[in-house]
This record gives sequence, structure tokens and C-alpha cells, in this order.
Amino acid sequence: MSQLPTPNPPVTADSLPFWEGATDDRLVLPRCNGCAEVIWYPRHFCPRCGSADVSWFEASGQGSIYSFTVVERGQGRWAEHSPYVLAYVELAEGPRVLTNIIDTDPDSLSIGDVVHASFDHSEDGRGVLRFTVR
Amino acid sequence: MSYGHGMGLRGAAHIAGVYEHPGRHLPDLTVAQIHAQVAAGALADAGLSFSDVDAYYCAGDAPGFGGLSMADYLGISCRGIDSTESGGSSYLIHVQHAAQAIAAGHCNVALITLAGKPRTGGAGPGGSISQSAPESGFENLFGLNVVAGYALAAQRHIYEFGTTSAQLAEIKVAASQHASHNPHAFLPDAVTIEEVLESPMIARPLHRLDSCVITDGGGALVVVSPEIAATLSRHTIPVLGTGAAVKHSTAGRIDLSHTGASISGPAAFAEARVHPADIDYASIYDSFTITVLITLEDLGFCAKGEGGRFVADGGLLAPFGRLPFNTDGGGLCNNHPANRGGMTKVIEAVRQRRGEAAEAVQVPDCELALAHGTGGSLATRMGSATLVLGREL
Ligand SMILES: [Zn+2]
Repeated sequence: MSQLPTPNPPVTADSLPFWEGATDDRLVLPRCNGCAEVIWYPRHFCPRCGSADVSWFEASGQGSIYSFTVVERGQGRWAEHSPYVLAYVELAEGPRVLTNIIDTDPDSLSIGDVVHASFDHSEDGRGVLRFTVR
Repeated sequence: MSYGHGMGLRGAAHIAGVYEHPGRHLPDLTVAQIHAQVAAGALADAGLSFSDVDAYYCAGDAPGFGGLSMADYLGISCRGIDSTESGGSSYLIHVQHAAQAIAAGHCNVALITLAGKPRTGGAGPGGSISQSAPESGFENLFGLNVVAGYALAAQRHIYEFGTTSAQLAEIKVAASQHASHNPHAFLPDAVTIEEVLESPMIARPLHRLDSCVITDGGGALVVVSPEIAATLSRHTIPVLGTGAAVKHSTAGRIDLSHTGASISGPAAFAEARVHPADIDYASIYDSFTITVLITLEDLGFCAKGEGGRFVADGGLLAPFGRLPFNTDGGGLCNNHPANRGGMTKVIEAVRQRRGEAAEAVQVPDCELALAHGTGGSLATRMGSATLVLGREL
């Protein structure tokens, strides 16, 4: 649980299974039934092979930091939360996802660090996927 | 002359006129007025008039409905129109599309304009993802801003290749030395590596002085057929090679170490039938210092990972560095109108080819110039475009 801004996410029919999982703190991703690619960002379409036939499964929530930055001067409502950590986390299932690393000292982080999914909840109860080092 | 199937666009069109608005702070002009002023400037430079124009090109900075509002405002009788939007790379793609249309006989005189007022018009720094974009729910919730997105690429480059902040600062230093010879530059003072590193950190490792300026202004290009070019007294510059690419996030297998320049660059060199080592001057898109460094590698001016060493020790300084770049001071110091640097990249490349850059930074015998544009978010979802502007055929 972080204090970062967590607005209600723009849930669409295309991404609904992801948001339903996130509501219950589960990371649910689409996998292509045509080529087995795990697809990010979540949608009913595989950009690798063009198939619209996907299945949704619960991912491990494990990953490692692919890159990160400490934002010293955020914009808008993020200004008062600076500094904060913006990162790409490489999920164990393959995709690299944009996220925040929370509950950590930014100066202690390194690329390659192992991280775990942690959901912050918006006013409407949806989960926003962030990561902790633990 | 014919440009049949698979022949490419080599020499299919010439850039006959260019104009960069001298203003950087334009509170009293509308965006449409700035489009009109730069259009008139580029046509005058070419020795042509509005009645000669038969195709109009603009991107998302043009006010109104695609290209229709500005074509109507300017009174252009269009046989062709194109409002391709790929951020800062749009205007280089417009040059490619204009050359295609000219080669096909669909038009003879194409006008391309850019204008905007991010300083005084209320628009933000740009680059944000609209709520209607399908990716918005997965990228808008985390405090991503333009600087932070580029900082992520810079951090990865430092991690993979040992690039240093001082090497990135060298890019700003070279641009600032060039800007000191440009009376219109927004930041006209040369800075040192130390001054870059001591400027406020915005998103690690990028400092304020690793970033481009925010300016009102605009620019325009006139692209013509070789037949029209032959009738003009102005020195026209043949378009030898063009390349365009859209790089994806690849179902999430994001690769922050490569940009679309690794596709658009080789395409442009192949079409021009030249190699990176042949280039005398390069305009490289410079929204941030890291943008330049990765792009130089992707265009083949040095090997992947060698960008830091390539730019060090004045490697980009005109007129005698390894590769003189952005001799107007670039987006980093001179001008980044409408938060889109592609137009000014083409304009300075044409100045260099004509021998009309500032005297102190004019590359002697500049026969081959390159211009590269970048749009969108670096390495993740972006448009890239490369032009090779050449010697006479
Ligand atoms: Zn597939």
C-alpha cells in the first residue's frame, strides 16, 4: 500500500479481465491461443500473430527491474509525491510493464533487483499494479 | 526521369525553400498566423508563391480539422493533402510523402508547415497519452512524464554500456557552443559539463540541462519536382534517401536500447546509396541528450553502446568534430517549436548543404547532410524518420 496517486483506472471491455483480477489483488494476463505469447498491455488481440483468440490466466506476480528512474520533479498531482520511483519491471512471464516501485528507499535500488506485485486500490476498488522489493 | 517499381525516391524531389520563424516567444500571434508566416517565408526563400503550391502537409500541431482548416486559411488549391501525425518526426515523413507524390506526378510544389505556442499558448510539454488511447490504463497511472520516459532509456543505457552523465552532458555542451553563434537561439550561452551536471535533477539521470527548450515558433519547407527546381534561381537540395519506421512495445517486450532509427536510418542510406561515414553533417533529434546518443548508434555512426565515447571530447562539435551536429544549437539550445523538433532538423541540414549556416559552424564542403526526427516515447512506441540530403545527381 503506497500513498501515490491512484485514480480510478479507465477500464474497458478490452481489458476487463485484467481489472477484475486486480480488484482481488491477482495479476491476470492474456495468453495468445495462436502463438502462446503472453500479451502486454492486456487486450483481446495478439500483436505478435494477429489472433483475437486469447485466454486469461493468473501470473506469478514475480519480476525484476529492467530499468527505473527516480522522478525528482513530478508534474501535476505527482509534484507533491516527488521523489518517486517509475520503473519497467520484467515479469517472470516475459512482458516488461510500466509501474512504480513502492515502499522502498530509492537509493537502494538497482536494475535486476527482484520485485513482487503489490496492488494499490483506487476509490472504485480497482487494483493498480505496483511492485515492492521485500 | 522515371521512378519505377522498387526504384526508391533518390532525387525524385528537391527541397527548394526553408524558413524558421525567428520568434521564440510569440504571445500576440495565433497558431494559424504562425503557420501562415512560416509558409510565406519558405515560399519566398524558394522564389515561389502560394498560387504555385498544389499540395499541403501538416501534423497535429495545425489548428482545426486535419489539414483542411489550414489549407483553407492559406487559400491553397490542393491536389494532394497529408496530415500524417507521428509527433516530432512528422515533418520528415511529410518530405518522404511529398517526394512520393511528386514522383507519381500527383503534385509539383508541396508545402509543409509546423507552428505552436507551448510557451504562451497554454499547452503543456506534450507527449502525454490521451485517455482514449488503448494503452492509457497501463501507462497513465504511474506519474510518467516526458522526461521520466527518456530517463528510463538513459538508465538502461548506463547499465548496459557504462555510459556516463558527463558523456550525455557533452551533447548539451556541443549544442550550446553552436547556439552561441545563432542570434535567434533561446539559450545563447555556452555551458560546461559541470554546469549541466549541477543543474537541477528532473528524473535521474536527466538534469534540466539534459532537456530541450520549450519555445513558441514554427518552420516550413517547400518540396518541388526536379523540373520545377531547374527553373528556380535558389540553390535547391535533392532528397537522396528517405526512411520511416514505427517501433512498437512488441507485446511488452520493450527494448529501451534501440529506437526506430535502427530501421529508418538504414532504409534512408540504402535509398541514397551512401553510408554513415559519407555524411558531412547531421541534424539529430535532440529532445534530450540521451535521444541523440541512442540515435547516433542506431543510425550507424558508431556501434551500439559506443555512443558515449563517440560524443566525448567534442565529437559533435562543428566544424571539425567527428560528426558536426545541430549547428543551430538544436532543440537543446536553439528552438523546439510546438515541442516538435523535426522541422528545424531539416531546415538546418538544408542551411549546411547550401553553405548558409553560421560562419563559425559551417562545415566546409558539406556535400551530404542527414536529418533525423523522433516522435512519441523513446524506444517504446515511437515514430522515426531519416532523410539524406545530397549532392547534385
Ligand atoms: Zn499470437
